[in-house]
Order: sequence, then C-alpha cells, then structure tokens
Amino acid sequence: MKYIDEYRDAEAAKKYADAIARLTTKPWTLMEVCGGQTHAIVKFGVDELLPEKITLVHGPGCPVCVTPIEFIEKAIEIASCPGVIFCSFGDMLRVPGTGKDLLTVKASGGDVRMVYSPLDALKLAQQNPMKQVVFFAVGFETTAPANAMAVYQAHHQGVKNFSMLVSHVLVPPAMEAILASPSNRVQGFLAAGHVCTVMGYTEYEPIATKYHVPIVVTGFEPLDILQGIYMCVKQLEEGRVEVENQYTRSVRREGNQPAQQLIREVFRIVPRKWRGIGEIAQSGLGLTLPYAEFDAELRFGLKTQTVEESSECIAGLVLQGVKKPHECPAFGTRCTPERPLGAPMVSSEGACAAYYRYRRLRPPVSSSKGLSL
Amino acid sequence: MSTSNDEPLMRIGKVNFGGIVKEVNLAYTPEAKVGDYVIVHVGFAISTLDEKEANQVFEYLEQMGELEELKDFQP
Repeated sequence: MKYIDEYRDAEAAKKYADAIARLTTKPWTLMEVCGGQTHAIVKFGVDELLPEKITLVHGPGCPVCVTPIEFIEKAIEIASCPGVIFCSFGDMLRVPGTGKDLLTVKASGGDVRMVYSPLDALKLAQQNPMKQVVFFAVGFETTAPANAMAVYQAHHQGVKNFSMLVSHVLVPPAMEAILASPSNRVQGFLAAGHVCTVMGYTEYEPIATKYHVPIVVTGFEPLDILQGIYMCVKQLEEGRVEVENQYTRSVRREGNQPAQQLIREVFRIVPRKWRGIGEIAQSGLGLTLPYAEFDAELRFGLKTQTVEESSECIAGLVLQGVKKPHECPAFGTRCTPERPLGAPMVSSEGACAAYYRYRRLRPPVSSSKGLSL
Repeated sequence: MSTSNDEPLMRIGKVNFGGIVKEVNLAYTPEAKVGDYVIVHVGFAISTLDEKEANQVFEYLEQMGELEELKDFQP
C-alpha cells in the first residue's frame, strides 16, 4: 500500500525519537486532539519511544464520546417509533444512554441500521418512501461536509421522508475550553490533521497567540505523530508560539474551500453540550433555517430533558486530558468494551478503548523502549 | 482512482483501498483525476494527496541530521 507503510518505518521512527530526546531539556505536556491519533499512539507505542520528560495527554476528538447523553436518549426515542428507519455510524449503536443503547432498540424490533456514509441513509429514504429515515449526524468538521451534502441533496431532490438528528461539534472552541480551564496542563497541541484538511488552520492562529501555546497540525501515522511532537517540542524549547503544519500532504492553510462553502450553506454555529465536559459556547453546528425541515428534533417534536450521567465514569476528565483511562477505578473491570459505562470505552476513537485493546496486557515499560509495528 | 458522472456535486470516483474498490463522492475534490491518491472520510474524498509533499516527513529528518552534523563540526 502506498502512502501508508512508509510512514510506519521503524528506523525513521527511531531517528525521530532520538532527535526528540536530544532536543528536550524541560518537562512538557502535549495533547493530541484527535482520537484517531490517540489510537495510533497507543497501538504503535509511540509514547513509549518518547523521553520521560514528554507527557502526551489525550484530547476530546472522539465524536461518539462527546455526543451528549440527551442526544442518545433522543436517538433511542426516535428509533423506537414505528415506521422509522434509524441510521447511524456503527460506533454510536453501543453507546449507553441512561438505560439502554440503540442496539437494544434494534433487538426489541426497532429498525436501526448501521451505515457507512450519510448518503447511504439518503438512498434508504429514496428506496423506502413510506418510512421516515433519520440519520444520526454526529462528528467534527471532518464529517460535516458529508452530512451537509446529504441534507443539500435531500433538499434539492425533494426527499421529504429524510431527516437528521444533528449533534455536530467543532474543535477550536473545545481547545479553548481546555486551555481556559483551571485544571489545564496542556502546553502544546497536535491539531487534528483531517479536521484541518477541511477547515484549514487559520482559526488556530488566534488561539496559539492568546493562550501562548504552539499548535502543530499533525497526521495520523506514527512518523507523522513523531514529527508533530518534534516540531511542537522545538517551539516550546525555543520559546516560539506558532501554528505549524506537519501534515502538508493533505492540509492546506485555507483548507477545503468547496467543503467549507457547503458547510456554511447547510449549517450554522450553535452552543453545544459536550458529554462529560458541559456546554461550550459556539461549539456546535445545527441546521440553517432553509434546511430546518430536515431537523429530526423538530420533525418528531422532541424536547430536551436533562439526564443524569453514571457517577462512576470519569469520561469527562479523560476527554479533557486531566486523567488517563487506566487511572479510572472501573477501567477494565466494571467498564469494558462489552459492558461500557461510558462512550470512550466503545468508540474506535475513544481513549479508553485504545488503552483496553492495546495496553491492558502490556503495561508501559520504561526501561526497554521499542516500537511495536 | 477512476471517475464517472459529470455533475460536479454528484461526481463519483472508484477508489482502490489497498485492494478493496469503493465508490466515493468527489464533490469536494474537483481537482481529483484518474490515478490520484485521495483521503476519504465517510464516502467523501476530502483532499487530493500532494505527492510532492509526501516525502516531507523524511526530508525533514534528513535536514535535521545534516544540521546535527554541522553542529558537531563546529570548533
């Protein structure tokens, strides 16, 4: 496979790790924003290659994890209605609400389907004109162009039986919320390469200046992440604060203009509650007025009710980088991917799932460091 | 990658993911042409891979090595 394997080269990774070790004189804490990066770091043991002075904390970039419990409850309510085909990305189906998850609804006869793309849900609506087809639109800026396109096409093709339960979130306001928190320990960010592929990185420049943190737009392969760390630590050591781009093969400064144009057409910025974190101003996307007829909350007349979370789950602290997954007393015992207490144990981008899958039987070793490829 | 359908928002490409071929919407990569590498997310190509930049991670490493050597040779 081209453009994948070469970025997992063990020898180059070792060279980067050595360079980072030579560069580092002080302790630094960096956060990788995206759950995809967290999984790569834990899977390939990137963190085990780093000098002890460098701490990586894992960020909130797992869309399934931050989808508020109230939306899970709304999804369950809609999916339980007769005559509805409820479509979602697979990860979302096992995320616990207060009592049950979407898979339970399916098991008790609800028509809940896993789709690969929102366009698959739109196609289902066209094929089933007598049913109401609802798509659970969760995700960050990376997924917004796809979901925007499904609504745009539904509007222009006059598909009346299609709607979306929209719980979209935006990365920069979440980074600001983390930096503004009194418990923050993040000194530099690896920004999410695919979010920036869509949005570019001009939005991050005022954040870097205001909070005095270097931000390096970083890719997802081990070498990308190691280079991102190198660039970020270099800025910290030299006292520079800039937004730099490591992932130049995909990210351009201005991002993907056609995608941004359709996002602006279909979505507007709204306040959004993040699961485990709370409400963050201007941190979500909702449908604009011309597309409001596709809003499933309006179509099904749903009201927002405040719902209590499981008291034992520390997902909020994990998502803000305050705690690591294995520091949770329930980790791997009362909370596992089969019986999760919280979303980060379910999602393929969740930090708890990454630790459970790749690290449970192999605790981090500090004396013999090696890259497992 | 190969393409079909000329309507810009509906343009579809066949993308080979290491052996598995899937249809992908190319609305957001109007520049993508047959043979290009694209980054795909939930059925949409979100960027065309810049092959000139693809080696950047290795070139950076080489330059770093040369700088280190220069430093070592300084009296």
